[in-house]
Amino acid sequence: MNNINDVVGKIHSVETCGTVDGPGIRYVVFTQGCPLRCMYCHNPDTWDANGKGSLTKSVGELMSDILKYKSYFKFSGGGVTLTGGEPLMQREFALALLSACKGEGLHTALDTSGFGDIDDLTKKVLSRTDLVLLDIKSINADTFKKVSGFPIDKTLAFAEYLREAGITAWARFVLVPGLTDNEEDLHALASYLTTLTNVEKVGILPFHQMGAYKWQELKLNYQLKDTPTPSETETERVRDLFRSYGFIVR
Amino acid sequence: MQQGWIGFKTGNWEREIDVRDFIQQNYTPYTGDESFLEGPTASTTELWQHILELYKLENQQGVLDVETKMPSTITAYGPGYIKKELEQIVGLQTDKPLKRAIMPFGGLNVVRSALKSYGYELDKDTEKVFNEYRKTHNDGVFDVYTEEMLRARRSGIITGLPDAYGRGRIIGDYRRVALYGTDMLIEQKQHEKKELDYSEMNESTIRLRENISENIRSLKELAQMASFYGFDISVPAKNAKEAIQWTYFGFLAAIKQQDGAAMSLGRVSTFLDVYIERDIKSGTLSESQAQELVDHFVMKLRMVRFLRTQEYNNLFSGDPTWVTEVIGGMSEDGRTLVSKTSYRVLHTLYNLGPAPEPNLTVLWSVNLPQNFKNYCAKASIDTSSIQYENDDLMRGFWGDDYGIACCVSAMRLGKQMQFFGARANMAKALLYAINGGKDEKSGEQVGPEFAPITSEYLDYDEVSRKFDQVLEWLAGLYISTLNVIHYMHDKYNFESLQLALHDKDILRTQATGIAGLSVVVDSLSAIKHARVKVIRNDSGLAVDYEIEGEYPAFGNNDTEINKIASNVVKNFMTRLKKHSTYREAVPTTSILTITSNVVYGKKTGATPDGRKDGEPFAPGANPMHGRDKKGAIASLASVSKLPYAYALDGISYTFSIIPTALGKTLPDRVNNLAGIMDGYFAEQGHHINVNVFDRETLFDAMEKPELYPQLTIRVSGYAVNFVKLTREQQLDVIHRTFHERV
Repeated sequence: MNNINDVVGKIHSVETCGTVDGPGIRYVVFTQGCPLRCMYCHNPDTWDANGKGSLTKSVGELMSDILKYKSYFKFSGGGVTLTGGEPLMQREFALALLSACKGEGLHTALDTSGFGDIDDLTKKVLSRTDLVLLDIKSINADTFKKVSGFPIDKTLAFAEYLREAGITAWARFVLVPGLTDNEEDLHALASYLTTLTNVEKVGILPFHQMGAYKWQELKLNYQLKDTPTPSETETERVRDLFRSYGFIVR
Repeated sequence: MQQGWIGFKTGNWEREIDVRDFIQQNYTPYTGDESFLEGPTASTTELWQHILELYKLENQQGVLDVETKMPSTITAYGPGYIKKELEQIVGLQTDKPLKRAIMPFGGLNVVRSALKSYGYELDKDTEKVFNEYRKTHNDGVFDVYTEEMLRARRSGIITGLPDAYGRGRIIGDYRRVALYGTDMLIEQKQHEKKELDYSEMNESTIRLRENISENIRSLKELAQMASFYGFDISVPAKNAKEAIQWTYFGFLAAIKQQDGAAMSLGRVSTFLDVYIERDIKSGTLSESQAQELVDHFVMKLRMVRFLRTQEYNNLFSGDPTWVTEVIGGMSEDGRTLVSKTSYRVLHTLYNLGPAPEPNLTVLWSVNLPQNFKNYCAKASIDTSSIQYENDDLMRGFWGDDYGIACCVSAMRLGKQMQFFGARANMAKALLYAINGGKDEKSGEQVGPEFAPITSEYLDYDEVSRKFDQVLEWLAGLYISTLNVIHYMHDKYNFESLQLALHDKDILRTQATGIAGLSVVVDSLSAIKHARVKVIRNDSGLAVDYEIEGEYPAFGNNDTEINKIASNVVKNFMTRLKKHSTYREAVPTTSILTITSNVVYGKKTGATPDGRKDGEPFAPGANPMHGRDKKGAIASLASVSKLPYAYALDGISYTFSIIPTALGKTLPDRVNNLAGIMDGYFAEQGHHINVNVFDRETLFDAMEKPELYPQLTIRVSGYAVNFVKLTREQQLDVIHRTFHERV
């Protein structure tokens, strides 16, 4: 590989005031392109790697922008989060960007569904990652398939590797009424997560309709039109369920 | 030794008027957390409930009551009380709570029309006095104004000038009253006058000697006013209660004499803390009593009222008085100036609930104690009532004993004042460059006549060159206009009491201002990076623009665009400095609009950035809403690049964010908000208003204002009760400054 600054990636957008994708204030890079087709996705405009609005940016360009915010990272304990889309669709780019961040002493986070093979390249990417935000659609293999269109195996293998490699992870789960909120499955997921000693926190994200308009714009078939947002009480109840397994839940 | 000084460490402050030295010798920095704070006492709660009832009546009527005959002076009214038996700190502007006074020395028209708009009429005899026997500041200014000044004022290229009302933005060092008592202050002034006995009797000496004589007279009146309430303030305050009372009397006399646009308090918290600490140590004051004194003091500051006209309210809505109190900061020797009373003052936001006044301003330093940073961040999240300014930046210019007048104007206490100059409309100036000095709304030739741009598409170099010409003209006219205003204000409406609480030799600044900066920067960027087509009306006046292509907008922390923004500021400031000023004031500028961004927008035609005719500007130095595409921090970082050294009167940024966009849990939100401020100020940002709200709350408050009497929101440089804003301004606040990200 030549200069890592020359490596380019396909980007959807950046956000300089990320506060929920890892600790502190985060520069969030949204990559373009995702293999999954989750029914509740609120960013379907990031699915197609060459979708409308996709920007090609080099690591060098991104780094010179990222470094403008060093003081904000320093004071808040923040850093850089790579999310998507699915950032592991562009592993060379992810590796180059995260390496460059580590070279500058920045905290790095990778938000992924764990899609992809655990080969040397993925391992390298993860070795530059301080925190993985691991999205688990469901622990129920059928539900997982139904939600995302893909089997659960790869995500489980990925989680397993993170545990072995001792990479800190925050597990994330989207609570969708009537789809992912089966009581048994929730307990099964919580119980599974207890086996992952590297999981520091669990995030329960209530499903919302704020991405619905994007499905319309893209003329995609949105099946959750009538699905309600879980109530605050219901979300809190599920959080308590995970707390009862000993997790810090947000 | 003065009785009030027993137990204090000695220093230069005993030999001359030197409040800073007193603080430095005697204060106790506090680095602990808020756990020592006490809730409101029963009498605090009872008194505050009573005031809330009065507020309710006031909101229904517009004003609760107005004096229509007796012009306000320091001693015009006898003592007034809210509920005498409950009040720890006493003193009202008139004889009744929330009753507004009239101050015709600034201008009679304003008084007459303000009274009229609330259904009152000015007493005939009073009117006769000011019509026939006594000239006002306003009369003086209009005797001198040129045709050109009148045109600029009418078209709104220069707006909000203090030519018909009190100029304000002067902070008396009210602490001097407590520390020295009026006798010593009078002696000092007599001494200063004597120093001038053998000076050449030129205009400046004559004026200064007259000023000092008036200073002395007003100090005597101040003592007399205090005696109405049964206090002898000729001697130094002897305990915390007296120190607060004496300080408040100083401030009260100022707001009885003047209804300036901003009547700020200064920096009293840590000064008063010295007295509170002394009393607590000697066992004569408990924490609960100390908090009660602070709560009662703050209640009085919340009740400051002036009579304003409807036009004024449109510009600066929500009845602001800018009783600005700065809190915190660092000493030059590296100790923090945060004291327990810094906490006690902020704690009034909990004991009494949120409020727009006093305008609580935290002087932020990256070196502030972390506990205090966290407490401030939490209070902002809970109340949205605090603004923050960069102490690390300002200390280099103003030392460690400055206050903030109004919103963002730093001044060394007792050693500096400003000649307030409102704002020039930069966006309009750019349009004048295109239209050869003609106003785009009226077609009137306001500026000097020069060749307008006639090409179909705008050329960056041509526009820049002509913009320079307009700025050159505008800067000269602006300074000349301010010279007229302040000459007359000194002559007919001199702030004798506030200036009595200053040294003899002070620094004066000529504080101009800029509105519409982000409109200008985006317009220049559009002209440079996209193609901007001019739409002209039948008479050839450019009235609209079509943009072909995209352009990088201010607010995305683009290095080149940040530079354009800095250059506009430097360009104007450099031109202002060329002109000579009244009383050798040093020209400065601010990037601040207050709520007038809405009115300025209304008066300004379509601009080359794509902003339509009449649409509001962004407030202060904010990027235009919706054009900052990279999130809040990029927006903050862009503003922090504006050069404070060229805008020494302050650079205002208003930041509104929904709670969930700050983090998931309260500790996360506190950490992130404190981190945002550390980052912004470490990067040389000057000022930030922080609002943490859900939009839904604000919409609900628009529909059901009665449920939100204390809902406070920070706008440009001050805070208002949200329900007191006009509907248009409420929508502007909701639409134009929010950051939310799902």
